[in-house]
Amino acid sequence: MIMYLKVFLVGGLLCAIGEALILKTKLTPARILVAYITAGVLISATGLYTPLVRFAGAGATVPLTGFGHALAQGAIQGVQETGLIGAFTGGLTATAGGIAAAIFFGFLAAVCFRAKPKDY
Amino acid sequence: MENNKQSSARAAKENYAALVKRLTPKSKLAQGCLRAFWVGGAICMLGQAIADAGAVWLDLNSAAAQTLASMTLVFLTALLTGLGIFDRIAKYGGAGTVVPITGFANAMVSPAMEFKPEGWVLGTGAKLFTIAGPVLVYGISASVVVGILYYFIRW
Repeated sequence: MIMYLKVFLVGGLLCAIGEALILKTKLTPARILVAYITAGVLISATGLYTPLVRFAGAGATVPLTGFGHALAQGAIQGVQETGLIGAFTGGLTATAGGIAAAIFFGFLAAVCFRAKPKDY
Repeated sequence: MENNKQSSARAAKENYAALVKRLTPKSKLAQGCLRAFWVGGAICMLGQAIADAGAVWLDLNSAAAQTLASMTLVFLTALLTGLGIFDRIAKYGGAGTVVPITGFANAMVSPAMEFKPEGWVLGTGAKLFTIAGPVLVYGISASVVVGILYYFIRW
C-alpha cells in the first residue's frame, strides 16, 4: 500500500512540474512531451533514473520521462549485448510494445470514431 | 465628511481590485498544479495496478509488466479519446494527462481523427505522427547518442 502512495506522489509531482512549465513558460503540451522524453533519456544515462523507478515504480515509468528511461536503458543494454549495432536496436526493442500499441490502437480509434465538433 | 467616506470606500474598492489581480494568477497556478498532481498521480497508480495484476495473474517479469501497463493505458486513452471523454478529463487535469503516456497516445489519436476527411494516407496515417513524430525523433536520437557514447566510454 505504501508503494501506491509513492507511485501517486512521484507521478503526481512530475505532472505538477509539467503544469507549472505550461503555465509559466512558452512550453506547449507538445513541447512538454518532447522535453520530458529527452530529459528522461539524459537523466537515465547518468544512472539517476533507475533508483527512482525502484522507489516509485509506475510513478516513474508511466510519465514520459519513463519512456525516455526505457529508450536509454535499452540502448545501453543493446550495446552490452551486440556492440555498436545495439545502440541503434536497443532503444526501440525496449519500447516496441508501447510504440506499436500507440500506433495500432491510435489507428483503430481513428478508424472507428469520428471527431466531434468542439463544443467549448 | 461625507465626501471623505466616499473616497475611502473607493480606495478600499481599488485596493480590493489590486488584491484580486495580484492573487488570481498565483491561485490559477496553484489550482492547475494541484489538479495535474492528483490526476497524474491517479493515472500512475492505475498503471501500477495494471503492472501488479500482470505480474500476479499473467506471471510477467517486471519489464513485461511495465509494457503491459503502458499498452493498457494507451488502449484506454485511444478508446476514451474516440468517445470524446478524454478531452474532458484533459481539460480538467491539464498536464496530469499530458505528462503520462496517456498524453502521447492522445496526441496520436486526436489529430488522426480530426484529419480523417483528408484521406487514409495523408490524413489519418500521417497525422497520427503530428506530435508523436517529434517525440520519437528526439527520444530515439537521444537514446542512440547515449548508446554510442556508452560503446566508447562504458561508464
